[in-house]
Amino acid sequence: MSAVPSDLAVQVTRPGVSPQGGAPRPAGRIVSALRSSPSVLLSAAFLVFVVLLALAAPLLVGLVGWGPYDFDKNAIDSDLGGIPRGALGGVSAEHWFGVEPQNGRDIFIRIAFGAQVSLLIAVSATIMSMILGVGLGVLAGYHGGWVDQVISRVMDFLMAFPSLIFMIALLSALPAGNRPVLLVIVLSIFSWPYTARVIRGQTMTLRNREFVEAAVASGANSARIVFREVLPNLRGTIIVLATLAVPGFIGTEAGLSFLGVGVTPPTPSWGQMIATAVGWYAVDPMYFLIPGTFLFLTVLSFTILGDHLRKQFDGRDVA
Amino acid sequence: MVGYLARRLLSALGILLLISLFTYVIFFLLSPDPAVLICGKTCTPDRIDQIRGTLGLDQPFWVQFWDFLRGFFVGRTYGDGASAVSCPAPCLGFSFQTNRSVTEMIETRLPVSATVALGAAVLWLLAGVGAGLLSAVKQGTWWDRGAMMFALGGISLPNYFVALILQYVLVVQMQILPFPSAVPFGEDPVRWFQSYLMPWLVLAFGYAAVYARLVRANVLDTLGENFLRTARAKGLSGRLILRRHALRPSLTPVVTMFGMDFAGLLGGALITETVFGLNGVGKLAADSIAKNDQPVIMGVTLLAAFFVVIGNVIVDITYTFLDPRVRIATR
Repeated sequence: MSAVPSDLAVQVTRPGVSPQGGAPRPAGRIVSALRSSPSVLLSAAFLVFVVLLALAAPLLVGLVGWGPYDFDKNAIDSDLGGIPRGALGGVSAEHWFGVEPQNGRDIFIRIAFGAQVSLLIAVSATIMSMILGVGLGVLAGYHGGWVDQVISRVMDFLMAFPSLIFMIALLSALPAGNRPVLLVIVLSIFSWPYTARVIRGQTMTLRNREFVEAAVASGANSARIVFREVLPNLRGTIIVLATLAVPGFIGTEAGLSFLGVGVTPPTPSWGQMIATAVGWYAVDPMYFLIPGTFLFLTVLSFTILGDHLRKQFDGRDVA
Repeated sequence: MVGYLARRLLSALGILLLISLFTYVIFFLLSPDPAVLICGKTCTPDRIDQIRGTLGLDQPFWVQFWDFLRGFFVGRTYGDGASAVSCPAPCLGFSFQTNRSVTEMIETRLPVSATVALGAAVLWLLAGVGAGLLSAVKQGTWWDRGAMMFALGGISLPNYFVALILQYVLVVQMQILPFPSAVPFGEDPVRWFQSYLMPWLVLAFGYAAVYARLVRANVLDTLGENFLRTARAKGLSGRLILRRHALRPSLTPVVTMFGMDFAGLLGGALITETVFGLNGVGKLAADSIAKNDQPVIMGVTLLAAFFVVIGNVIVDITYTFLDPRVRIATR
């Protein structure tokens, strides 16, 4: 809704009547929230953990004593083709998640650095595709006419693309360069139409609402209407779309790295770690289980949060 | 209706032309010189010029693109004299790395991809639509929660991860299935089934999850509509309402999704085929990327685009039969 002038607002709470039960204590609030939707809280907690892991990755090097590229020849058994010594892929006090076969790199620290890469790419791609999608969507929906025609045709064209194969072809044709930046650009180019389509539709309905008409009548120019009337009303949709876009990008980045056109070794990324683990899955399953589980839980948490937010904003279940 | 069909096909053709132009530009501008790649290490400038001439790479861009398009319809010949290579009618290019035409390479692998897509499609339609209906009808019960939890898992688990887990559990640990390898049906039907079972399950799991969520949301939406309140007020039973009135409007969007997804899969299930080592179009693409065999990458991209665009047209036409509102609008 457009902002209602505050001097017209009616004071609803009568002074002197305190709400029943007093203010809830912080601990009590967390418990009650956890009881009402434990999955949402657990997801948020896990995401906070992953973000901290990513941010603290350089500090963790000092704590665990291994860098992401350090080889540990003592942790692997060269007589057995380089599989990790000890149970569960070499899990020990020294290597919390075990080591990679053949070179003995510490998996825990590589997971932490991989989180950095995956989250950075996914969040940057989300921001970029939201800027493109919201910008062009509002432009098409608000302006209409030939601008809408042009933007809509470009959207149709991009959405008719077999995007995965095309992203792979594009990334393999592009010169090596800065992979993460290329990934962000390619991911956003093929994803903004999905945002723009929703935003365009909503902008078209908003444009015909009374409060926009009122703003037009009161002499507001287009920029003011877009930024003060239309965009604030799209906030909920944008938050939901962005939250649901992040896991999509994490998954796609991992998939591309898995296929060998994403982040190039030795830089760790979760998808690429799983790709290298393919050759070892039969003898050292922990090697693919650990990055796979992190990838799964991160995507799951974002999806649960996104579903929850959409339910809050739309009041209906997700498709 | 005929006019609509003609318009629809014409725009599809336009999009395909644009996609091929776009693809061609990208490979023309961005990729390293194919002549150098073909020439290899023992290369002289003369030899490179010769290869350029054979491939037509010394021609300007528009001539090359025109040759490519014409090659698709009438076939083309690379080079002349004794070293000439012919590429018959639907020519999508020629892979000098493997000395085969791209069309031929795709043709031999398409049946594998089609088998993967078809089997998975049957599974995911049954599981996805079934789970979606179940959880919508029993909304709020443990059936609903269980089905939706399953769907969340399917959405969040990357398919190569599921593939590795399945392969580890079923092949390595329990030894129920042999290592997958695309065995032709005629050779050994049992082995054929075993070799495709895991790819089907992996693909179907991911798609079924999306479909279950879509169907559930649609059915719940439809059940809240006015015409269903009327049906209930008439005294119809819950089951009859569902079958007669709620199913059709809630399942039509599934047709759209299915058309797009299935068409996309025909162009190769890249990741699944690669993980299981099935020699389909997707694996062909992945292998060609690893070898930087550009004509093949481009051929597969165009094939996939072709399936998606054609799938789109078929979906739109099906829609005019399923949804009377669309039928009136297209008249």
